[in-house]
This record gives sequence, structure tokens and C-alpha cells, in this order.
Amino acid sequence: MFDGSPAEGRDVLRFMTAGSVDDGKSTLIGRLLYDSKGLMRDQIAAISKAKHARADEGEIDLALVTDGLESEREQGITIDVAYRYFSTPKRAFVIADAPGHEQYTRNMVTAASTAEVAIILIDASRIIGKGLKSQTRRHAAIAKLMGLDVIVAVNKMDLLDWSRAAFEEIREGFERIARTLDLQPLAYVPISAKSGDNVARRGAADWYQGPPLLDILESAPPRETKLTAAFRFPIQRVARWGETDPGARRGYAGRVESGFVKVGDTVTAAPSLLPAIVREIRTFDGALDAAVTGQSVTLVLDRDLDLARGDTLASADVQTAKSVTADLCWLDTQAWQRGRRYLLRQGTRTTHAVIEQIHFVREVTELAAVSDATELKLNDIASVRVKALDALIADRFDDAPATGAFVLIDPVTHQTAAAGMIREAHDPQPRGPLAEESYEI
Amino acid sequence: MTVTAKAASALSHLDRLESEAIHILREVAAAFDRPALLFSGGKDSAVLLRLAEKAFRPEPLPFPLLHVDTGHNFPEVIAFRDQRAAELGERLIVAKVEDSIARGTVRLRKETDSRNAAQAVTLLEAIAEHQFDALLGGARRDEEKARAKERIFSHRDEFGQWNPKAQRPELWSLYNTRLHPGENMRVFPLSNWTERDIWTYIHRERMALPSLYYAHEREIVRRGELLMPVTEITPAGENDSVERVSVRFRTVGDITCTAPVASVARNPLQIIAETEFADLSERGATRMDDQASEASMERRKKEGYF
Ligand SMILES: Nc1nc2c(ncn2[C@@H]2O[C@H](COP(=O)(O)OP(=O)(O)O)[C@@H](O)[C@H]2O)c(=O)[nH]1
Repeated sequence: MFDGSPAEGRDVLRFMTAGSVDDGKSTLIGRLLYDSKGLMRDQIAAISKAKHARADEGEIDLALVTDGLESEREQGITIDVAYRYFSTPKRAFVIADAPGHEQYTRNMVTAASTAEVAIILIDASRIIGKGLKSQTRRHAAIAKLMGLDVIVAVNKMDLLDWSRAAFEEIREGFERIARTLDLQPLAYVPISAKSGDNVARRGAADWYQGPPLLDILESAPPRETKLTAAFRFPIQRVARWGETDPGARRGYAGRVESGFVKVGDTVTAAPSLLPAIVREIRTFDGALDAAVTGQSVTLVLDRDLDLARGDTLASADVQTAKSVTADLCWLDTQAWQRGRRYLLRQGTRTTHAVIEQIHFVREVTELAAVSDATELKLNDIASVRVKALDALIADRFDDAPATGAFVLIDPVTHQTAAAGMIREAHDPQPRGPLAEESYEI
Repeated sequence: MTVTAKAASALSHLDRLESEAIHILREVAAAFDRPALLFSGGKDSAVLLRLAEKAFRPEPLPFPLLHVDTGHNFPEVIAFRDQRAAELGERLIVAKVEDSIARGTVRLRKETDSRNAAQAVTLLEAIAEHQFDALLGGARRDEEKARAKERIFSHRDEFGQWNPKAQRPELWSLYNTRLHPGENMRVFPLSNWTERDIWTYIHRERMALPSLYYAHEREIVRRGELLMPVTEITPAGENDSVERVSVRFRTVGDITCTAPVASVARNPLQIIAETEFADLSERGATRMDDQASEASMERRKKEGYF
């Protein structure tokens, strides 16, 4: 159907960058955009003449590319998530740029929710002889919590004369952290964001045999290849057509959030757990035999189950539960109040929920568990037990991130109060052989 | 058209963008009582309208089209706008800046002043009149720095204002669509598209566009690096030297602040090829109003501009 543009066949990788303030995160993003020609001449002119430029005369400050809002520029720090786009002949990339300061966990979690890979940036010049910063551990822990692959980029190697010993010391330090988190980084790469060595091209360190950072990003495995194939299709709306003829039709419009579906498949509606067979997979461009993860389609079933927005069509393994254990990141400046009801959104369903119990809160630096915690406030990450008014899809976040995730919304202020990742479902329905499996952890 | 079932068959970048936009459009239809889709006849809004067809046909679109008309338009863009609305059989509401001027809610120093800033006033008046609670727009995050931090569902207070500090965090595709009375949402289904994605899609979908997006001969005068079109609203000055040059427009906004670029590209593929080698961003090349200050967009957004 289409063959002209080289862009068409490429896939996309969404990644985020995490680092402490001044580790060189903005410079790295500027470098990636600059070297992949994602920056235009007028944008370069703007960063060269920007009034807050920290760079020497004549030199451009790549970090200023990413500093978006006026008020933030005055402070010289990024305090929100910004999205950047660039592409190479192999892949399109979306960068979620999250800030480094430890107070801004909320932003890292937000950025991570739309990313597949996290680049954890470490400033080598400030580490040597001192050990890794606690923030690095926190970034790694959040990446793990949110199910991201990790690439460790050891920056400012130029300031250490590309010392192999320094790089190895940092790598060993990170490996210790990674082991405690059960995290296997995709790669460790020594770079200079400033000079560009080992970012988009090989450079400086002749002892480093691995590929430059950009090559690693180009070959990182897409996330869905690692997930279960369980089919999940939250219904967004009921489509009706041919209203005037007796054979008026209805279909369920939505997006395949995980797995795939074929015409003729038996699917289960959740939470009712009633079965039906997929008759048609409709799109504007014609009927399909099958639809895969990420595809927006309209499904026509062989019988009338009277489903609505909020219901989910799923493979037969689906279970529901009213009570789940979840990791929660508190995002609102208003702290949690015991007994308060929140709106819970999972897939396309919105219901009411309460936090019944805090199992533990992870303290800010190491994310180690503090079990006697009684409050949840901005930037806290906690393990909690949530009870919902209506049955939830009992998916674990690690298996099916799109349906294993939820947000809590404050029903009074309408602020997004928390992001949740389901770790375990309590008393899932129906009970079956699969139930045992999804219990463990 | 069929696909073979493969558990992990990754969708192409463009298919994924298309599906994401359809998903967002359907969320808007489901979550809001009175949405509208901003349609100017420009390329981004034409793509947005195409995606709306994909999201809802064979049903009628669940929202009207809305154009905030500055009155300083290229006639063929307006003709294209009306033609598309008629072809689709959808309702088009035109809110005119000139009506706001007549009402006295917009005041300009002189007739030929840029009316871009005034659009915000007329837009807010249209929102109040029709009680819209969600407006779908074709803005993209790659257009401009202040846009890069914009949410897909961007909350506006009861004065229609955008507060960068009070935006709600947006996680996964679990959009927070809650509003208090009088507030509204601006929704950007093309957030993750780049200029190149737009052109690739226009090519793939064989979409019609106003012809001034493609190379044509036009009288211009040079203002520094910018080419200014010579039109009735923007006549050449006494000392200007008028040239005839092959140009195309990368954006088509208010005539007084939209400049064409020198080009020989006659179709989307040639435009993609030109864009690969272009060294000015879309806005830098064509929008005079943004150049004055790099933070001007942010300021305008705070005032209620789209
Ligand atoms: N020598 C050297 N300096 C760097 C490198 N990367 C960044 N810097 C400098 O480190 C400082 C902080 O960088 P920036 O990108 O603003 O850090 P951020 O706070 O993490 O975004 C700036 O002065 C940069 O020029 C590098 O690879 N080598």
C-alpha cells in the first residue's frame, strides 16, 4: 500500500533519561538531537543567544535545547516532563525528559509510564572514590518498579581521561545495586555528552568494545515482545450503525492493549465473564483478520452481551478482583487521608476505591521499606491494599502493563492523586488453575 | 487488507501514531458532553479530521467542527475548509475575530495588525456560547518548546487559562478527563507526531490539501531570511523589491504572519525529502510572531490561546 517514505516501516522506541541535577542529562538529549539532525538552525540560534546561556562565547549550550518553560528557565532546572522526537534510518525515538532532583519522583514516574527504556546517567567525575549517589539507586528502583529496561551511561568520561578503571568502578557499583533490585541492565556505556564520544558515534575510549549509546537504543528490544500474549481490549465506546434497518449493528470500539485477536476467537467479557465469538474486526480501511497490540479497531461479536464502556474483552485466562495489592506513587500535593474515597481508573473503567491498608512506604533515598508508615504524601512510593467498589481486571503490571496499571483521582479536586501498579490480586474470580500461578510473588 | 496474526508483530511507527490518535478521539467522545474539533483547513487539522473519520465512521462524527477565523485567510484554505465539511456532511461552526472586533472584545491598533493573539478571545467566546467542554486541536509537541511539555489532555481553568504549574500528571493512556463546571479540556491527539510524520501520513492516505502547501510561483518580498507573501492584506512597501519565486507554505495561519519557504516540492514525498535537508524548524521558517520572543508561545497559551 505504501512504499515511498523510509519512515513508514520503522518502529518506535520510547525512552527516558534519569540523572541527578548537573549529571549532564540535558546535554545528552541535546547531543542526541544535534547529532541525529533533530535540531534546526533557528533552534540552535535560539539556544546560542538565550539569555541564560551558561556556555562560553561561541560554543552552544546543548542543555538549553530541552529547557522549555520560561519560569523554569529562570531557575535553570527542568521541573516537568518534556517530550522530544528524533529518528534515525532504523527507528523513531520519543524521549521523555524527566528531571533529576529527588523531590521530583512524581515526574520520573510520569515519564516512565510512557517509556520502555530508561537511560540512567551517572556523572563519573563526581563519583570516583565516593561511591554512587543514593539518587542513582532511586532511579534504578523506579525503573524496576515501572518495568523499564535500563541502560547505564557513565558521563563526563572526558574529565577522567577516559579512565577504564574509573568506568569499571562505577559499573561494579551499579551492578551491586542492580543485584539487590533484580535488575539486568541492557548495557553500560562510557560517554561524553559534551564531546559526543560514544553517544552517536564511537570515540575516545579504545578499551571500550561495545557499541555507542545510539546503537544500543536502535537495537533495544521493543517492550511488547517480552509480555504475555494475553488479549486485553478495554471497550471505549459502543459504535452503532445501520440504525434504520432491522439488522441494526453494534460494535465495540477500543484499542488492543495487549496480545492479539483473530476473527473466530472466543473472548471473555470482564467483569461479567460471559463468552462470545469475534465475528468481525472492523476498521475505517476495511475488515481485518486479526488485530495486534496497539491497534485501534471495532470488534463485532456473535451475540448481544450488552457491554458498555468500562467493560474489557479478554482471552479466557482473565480474572477479576475487588481487592488488590499495588505499588502506589503518590502524585498529589494533598496527602492521602485514611478513609477517603478516590476515583480509580483502570483501562476504560472508572470506579470508586479506598486504600484499606499501607503495607509499607519506601523511604525516599534507597526506597527501602518502612513498615510502620501511616501516611502517603507527594513523591512517596508505597505498597498498599486497594479495595474497589466494582471488580477490577486482576492483571499484574509486569505481565500486562496497560491493564495492570491504574490511577487514582481525587473526586473533589479532580487532581490525579496516585499512579498504581498491581502486584497481586486477592480472591480473583473465577478460581482456576491459572489463579495459583498469578498468586505467587 | 489483512494482517497475519503474530503475537508480537510490532506496529510501524505511523500505524501506532494513527491508533493512538484514534484512541484519544474516542476517549473524548466518551468522556465529554460537548466536544468540538478545531478545523482550519490547514494540514494538521486536515489530518486530525481524517483520523476522526477513522475513529467514528460509519457513524456521524460525535462533535461539530469549529474554526476560529481571523478574517486574514488565504481564500483557497477557506474554500478547502468548507469543501471538506460539506463532503463529510458535518456541521462547521465559524467563530469570527471580526465579530469580536465588532463587539469590542477584541481591539487592534490598526486594521492590518496580526490577529493571531486575538484568536484566543474569539475562541473563549465560542466556548462560552456553545458551552464546549473539550476542544480537539492538531498541535504537536515537536512544534515549539512550550508545547513539548504539554499534556495530551490539557486542563484549562474557568478563564480558559493554562497554568503550566497546575497541569495534572498524565500516566500511561489513563487520561484524567474530570472537569469542574466552567472548565474545559484541550485535547491534542497529534501530540506525538512530527512534521515528517504528518507528511508521511498525508502521502499514505492520499489526502487532499489546499494547493498552497505545494510549490507554486508567488510574489514575495524578502525580510531578512523570511519570505513575505505579497497579498491584499500584506501589500509590498514602496521600497520593497518584489520577486517571483517558487515557494510553498509549511503552515497556513493568519496571512499577516505566515511566510512561505522557497521550494520546488510538488507532492508529499518531495516535501519529506526537502524537510530532511531543511535547516529551519517549521515555526522558525514560517511564523513571524514566534520569533520576537522564544517564550511568546508560553505567554499566549497562558492567555487561553490554543
Ligand atoms: N566535561 C564534560 N562536561 C559535561 C558533560 N556533559 C555535561 N557536562 C556539563 O555539565 C554541566 C551540567 O550539564 P546539564 O546537561 O545541564 O545537566 P543536567 O542538570 O543533568 O541536565 C554543564 O555545564 C555541562 O556542560 C561531559 O560529557 N563532559
